[in-house]
Amino acid sequence: MVRRWRDFYGANPLQLLALLASFALAGYAALWASAGRLPALMLVWFVGAVIAHDLMLYPLYALADRSLGSLARRRHGRRPADDPGAVNYVRVPVLLSGLLLLMFWPLITRHAGPSYHFATDLDTNVYLGRWLVLSGAAFGVSAVLFAWRTGRRHLGRSTQPMPSESDD
Amino acid sequence: MSSSGERDQSYWPAPLWRWLAAHRPPGPFSARVWRSPLRGPWLTSVFGFVLLVGLPVVILTGLLSYVAYQPQFAGNAFPAATHGLHLPFFTWPASPSWLYRLNQGVHVAVGMALVPVVLAKLWSVVPKLFTWPPARSLAQVAERISLGLLVGSILFELATGVLNVQYEYIFRFDFYTAHYYGAWVFLSAFAVHVGLKLPTMVRSLRSRRLRDELRTSLADTRPEPSDPYGLVALAPAAPTLSRRGLLAMVGGASLTVTALTVGETLSDRLRPTALLGPRGRSYGTGPTDFQINRTASGAQIDPADTGATWRLTVRGAREVSLDRSQLLAMTQHTARLPIACVEGWSTLQTWSGVRLRDLVALAGGDGATHAVVRSLERQGAFAQATLNGVQMRHPDSLLALRVNGVDLSADHGFPARIIVPALPGVHNTKWVREIELRT
Repeated sequence: MVRRWRDFYGANPLQLLALLASFALAGYAALWASAGRLPALMLVWFVGAVIAHDLMLYPLYALADRSLGSLARRRHGRRPADDPGAVNYVRVPVLLSGLLLLMFWPLITRHAGPSYHFATDLDTNVYLGRWLVLSGAAFGVSAVLFAWRTGRRHLGRSTQPMPSESDD
Repeated sequence: MSSSGERDQSYWPAPLWRWLAAHRPPGPFSARVWRSPLRGPWLTSVFGFVLLVGLPVVILTGLLSYVAYQPQFAGNAFPAATHGLHLPFFTWPASPSWLYRLNQGVHVAVGMALVPVVLAKLWSVVPKLFTWPPARSLAQVAERISLGLLVGSILFELATGVLNVQYEYIFRFDFYTAHYYGAWVFLSAFAVHVGLKLPTMVRSLRSRRLRDELRTSLADTRPEPSDPYGLVALAPAAPTLSRRGLLAMVGGASLTVTALTVGETLSDRLRPTALLGPRGRSYGTGPTDFQINRTASGAQIDPADTGATWRLTVRGAREVSLDRSQLLAMTQHTARLPIACVEGWSTLQTWSGVRLRDLVALAGGDGATHAVVRSLERQGAFAQATLNGVQMRHPDSLLALRVNGVDLSADHGFPARIIVPALPGVHNTKWVREIELRT
């Protein structure tokens, strides 16, 4: 019986029962959420969040990362397989700065200014500057680390073999 | 290479899956465009494990916060009725005084710290969104619908939460209601996802040792062995980052977000470290220069109502009406108590005023089980709040008249405000005009 079901459905009947229970609970929550005028708007946000992430944000950073990679390759040509050059020294601060902008854009762009002022009696003017300083610091630290690493490699090459990146 | 094929072509309705397989759209639907050499079941399971530990903490503290608002009293909590979708109600205690501060600090800080992990987890599984054919059985169709709910609801919860703590209300729905029911949608999808994937996660985690991965340099980084889930790239590019490098990047992003926000709840001294925390700002060094939760002008408090004509009415078996000097002539009690907001920030101050239980006794409220406190504020969701019996009678529960040795400022609730240990911030009603004792 269970085997015939599996051959038809593609999984154990328990899988279907668990999923149906989950859909029922989610549906029940959605039903009560829809007591007000929420449902359509919430649905838009649910679907919108997935589309914004999967089909906009993700392709954006995939594309940026790929062009960064090819740019680095074009700039530096062939390198040993274990040396990605400056790629990560750009990648990390860009991602960090981007993440902070993504999470705190209402303060950084001052879009939340009026309601922030209503609640706190303060303004949001400082956040753009702070984000810029933090981003600048991330790029700066990255640049220093890259310069230090490059310098060490040159030095290492001219004197003796460098210890490899691995710890063992 | 591909795990498709042999046995799974035969599920019902087989012609449909065959037709789909034969009509692959271009672009990301080809498995060969996914080239990251780091994606694989082990990596996904590491992120999954972190979320498996962290997200239940966020869910539990969220549901506890709802109970802390004491929804058993009308008008106290939003959404007002949750139709069985809540933890069992219990009398929210008034001690320890930091209880709500801890609960909400954890809720917001852990939720924030998990944002990079959720993004990394989604990055690690994104090829599956474009797997072709999208399903090979009805079982897979059902699971993919569930995954849609899972991803939609976690992004929804994180987005609404992160926006709300920044006072960004571009969503045109009530935050509390949406975030609360959204959490239940997430909870339902999360529970079944864990149930279905836990064995896979455990198996995948065992396939490599974390300690070894942390010792593997870029030069020695190889793709995971090809998997039946479609995560490992068929045509991997040369790695530019080691697995430990990626984990460090995601962990570092979490730590950065935490470092830049958590000061707003840890202590008033550490507040300035919360450079991107909405409540990381200082008001100055004066005795009333601490975080304001809603300004007097924002709450449309008429200064005329808070002047010499102001009276506090306490209604129990008797009705008493007291002006501010009469209140100041009563026994004053001082307590060091936090204001802890649902948004995760908190501030600890020294309050003094009349014990609520003294006012209760004065109005003949010995038999009262709860008290409705009303503000001069005319509208707004928190123009009134109901305190339970424990909160009403706790020796540190005050009708505060002064803070840090001076009179309350207008923004902090002059002439008088409620301050009760472990109470959600907004329930510490400001500009109090009336306390009604009920049985």
